[in-house]
Amino acid sequence: MKSPRLYRRTGRAAAAALALATAGVLAALTGCASADQSASGGSSSFKPEAQDANSQITVWADSTRLPAVQAYQKSHPDAKLKIVTYDGSADGSTYLQTKVQLFDRTGKGWPDVVFGSPTDVTWASQPTSPSAKPYAAPLVEGLVKKSTLDNFAKGSLTPCQFDGHTYCLRNDIAQVVLWYNKTLMDQWGYQVPTTWEQYEALGLKVAKEHPGYIVGAVGDTNSQESYFWSSQCPAQQLQSDGTLRVDLQANECTRMATLLDNLIAAKAVSTQGFFSQGFDGSKVLMANGPSWYGQYLFNSAFKTPKGQIAAANPMTWQGESTAYTGNVGGGVWMVSSHSKNLKASTDLAEWLTTSDANLKAAPTYPAYTPGAEAWLANPDNASYFADDISGPFKTAADQVWTGWSNTKFSDATAWSSVVLPALTAGKTLTETLPAWQTAIVNEAKSVGYKVTTK
Amino acid sequence: MTVLENERVAALESVKPVRRRPARRRAGLAGYLFVSGYTILLVAFGIVPTGYAIYLAFTNDRGQFTGLGQFIKVANDYRFLPAFENILIYLVMWLILVIVLTTVVAVILRSRMRPGLSSIFRFLFYIPGALAGVASVLVWLFMLDPAVSPASGLLKAFGFQNFAQVLQPENLPVILVLIAFWTGAGGWIVVMYGALNNIPDEVLEAARVDGAGPWQSAWHIQLPMIRKWIVYQSILAFAAGTQLFVEPQLLQTASLGRVSPTWSPNQLAYVYAFQHGDFNGAAAISIFLLALGLIVAAVLVTRSGLFTLDNE
Repeated sequence: MKSPRLYRRTGRAAAAALALATAGVLAALTGCASADQSASGGSSSFKPEAQDANSQITVWADSTRLPAVQAYQKSHPDAKLKIVTYDGSADGSTYLQTKVQLFDRTGKGWPDVVFGSPTDVTWASQPTSPSAKPYAAPLVEGLVKKSTLDNFAKGSLTPCQFDGHTYCLRNDIAQVVLWYNKTLMDQWGYQVPTTWEQYEALGLKVAKEHPGYIVGAVGDTNSQESYFWSSQCPAQQLQSDGTLRVDLQANECTRMATLLDNLIAAKAVSTQGFFSQGFDGSKVLMANGPSWYGQYLFNSAFKTPKGQIAAANPMTWQGESTAYTGNVGGGVWMVSSHSKNLKASTDLAEWLTTSDANLKAAPTYPAYTPGAEAWLANPDNASYFADDISGPFKTAADQVWTGWSNTKFSDATAWSSVVLPALTAGKTLTETLPAWQTAIVNEAKSVGYKVTTK
Repeated sequence: MTVLENERVAALESVKPVRRRPARRRAGLAGYLFVSGYTILLVAFGIVPTGYAIYLAFTNDRGQFTGLGQFIKVANDYRFLPAFENILIYLVMWLILVIVLTTVVAVILRSRMRPGLSSIFRFLFYIPGALAGVASVLVWLFMLDPAVSPASGLLKAFGFQNFAQVLQPENLPVILVLIAFWTGAGGWIVVMYGALNNIPDEVLEAARVDGAGPWQSAWHIQLPMIRKWIVYQSILAFAAGTQLFVEPQLLQTASLGRVSPTWSPNQLAYVYAFQHGDFNGAAAISIFLLALGLIVAAVLVTRSGLFTLDNE
């Protein structure tokens, strides 16, 4: 048998493909439905599932908050919990969002209570498709008391609030303070800076007098929040009309870029991340960073001996009277709108975020004000430091600048995948600002924001 | 990976030029029975999902027909061109490396080495391929971080002082090719070795008698005789290469975001589906990849006469 020659067949196939393509083009030209996603129709009134007070609830927590959930189980032996550990949406991870997208399609599997980032609330408070309902349950009266919500630190519930509802309970806040090694500062006779100009001058002095020592690092996924947020840079500022303002050429941004460029050039600020492998913590004289740097960076990662590290108030800029600061992370707990046991779920979320029993030994600074007092009063949280940290912590908690909005996209992506590689390649921050701006604008537009760059 | 490997070998058996039996093929129940298992799986996990993707790519989330709207939408996305550019650079490097090197190694193993030693080497080359993709990325993350790598001296000699410098965007195609080659080449070496085994000893013997040296017989006898295997390898390696996902995705997480989350087209499709909730746009991107793979396969098949039988 002769096998047919192949080109003849491909000839026919090509003709068919051409016909198909033509048909496609014609169809496209003759006007079809829009390829855009359906606009989510806002949040309609919340209808709970049929409740079963005895059903087991599933909890997703990151490894840092796992012990707290386990402690709840211990103190509430009757609670039926299934505890799952996951990445907790750290460093811009979208694991939770990915899974919820899938659960919304399969119609089951949602965790009842979940620890996530404020970014997660922006999508969890909206339906992922026209037929789905928002993942997060609004914590209406009857689930959580208003008096409880009122006790959270000023502004700390802002990322939870959409359309007049509260969709999450804030676990912790991560107000940025100025960390410094008191032992070294005293030994070298340096004053702790109170303005950014003093900070820059001191950094340049350190580079000359004690080369190798640094006053900061910008290579982490969240360094932009320590520096540019503190500088009130409008990198992602939601306007009252719903547009997002992205203006990295504003003075508030360029002044910080220039300052850091000078310090980077003098090798007083590292372009590596504090949390990258092999970072030498013994050379860190100062670090402008979140409240959790104390325990997590200096104590755990750097193993700096007890009694050396202290915190100072956020710095002002010359000519400005009030100090503003940034916020690096700070998680939230959400309760699923699909939960069959809302009572048990909210009870757990409330215990985790508001009970003294949990908060006084919490790994990070509680957002719930009475809990924060209990936390500061606990000697275990303070004994590591060279000085009393409660002053700077409380001051900074009230000075977090509100112009860095909680957006549907994580601010970590553009910073780490565009700015950090440019810095590693030896470019300056000032010359990278336009590329950073483009990256933020593109990302904002792709998730549906109208953007203004003025 | 190993599943693919088996598929490859099975498929090779079937495309082997038929020399033995030019006689009329008899239809029989046994044949259908043998292919049925694969056919059912192919329909369930290959044809139906592809059909569903095509349906999604031409509609929107309200189920309305959108023509080419989805394709135009994703092609205009600011991440679309960079992703395809990345994958193209990667593919060129990966294809050249995998085709040339595996063939050369197979020829050396087949003709220039004692059989015992050769089989030991084939086994060693194959081992990394037995590791799952995820595990191999983790091995390489460890190897490429100057702070922990056993080869940190070498990395530093190349000017890489820290992990961030290693993961600069311009190095990514090389890193991904390294990982892909390390895991994938062993399997291909075994396949190519099998192809070389298929060449009758008399042919090589005759070449030797005619005065051909080892390199001459490799170039003039062995390579031309395994040409179809090389074409076949190109098609599969190309298709696998365009599907790149796990490696850059893991690098993205492990590097704490220094690698773009939409480095490859498949990652972009993933972001579309699971972050934007836009499964239609995601399907359109995967149709682009499907078309690319089909076009390249069609060109290679027609140009090489891969499926023409030798008995004409």
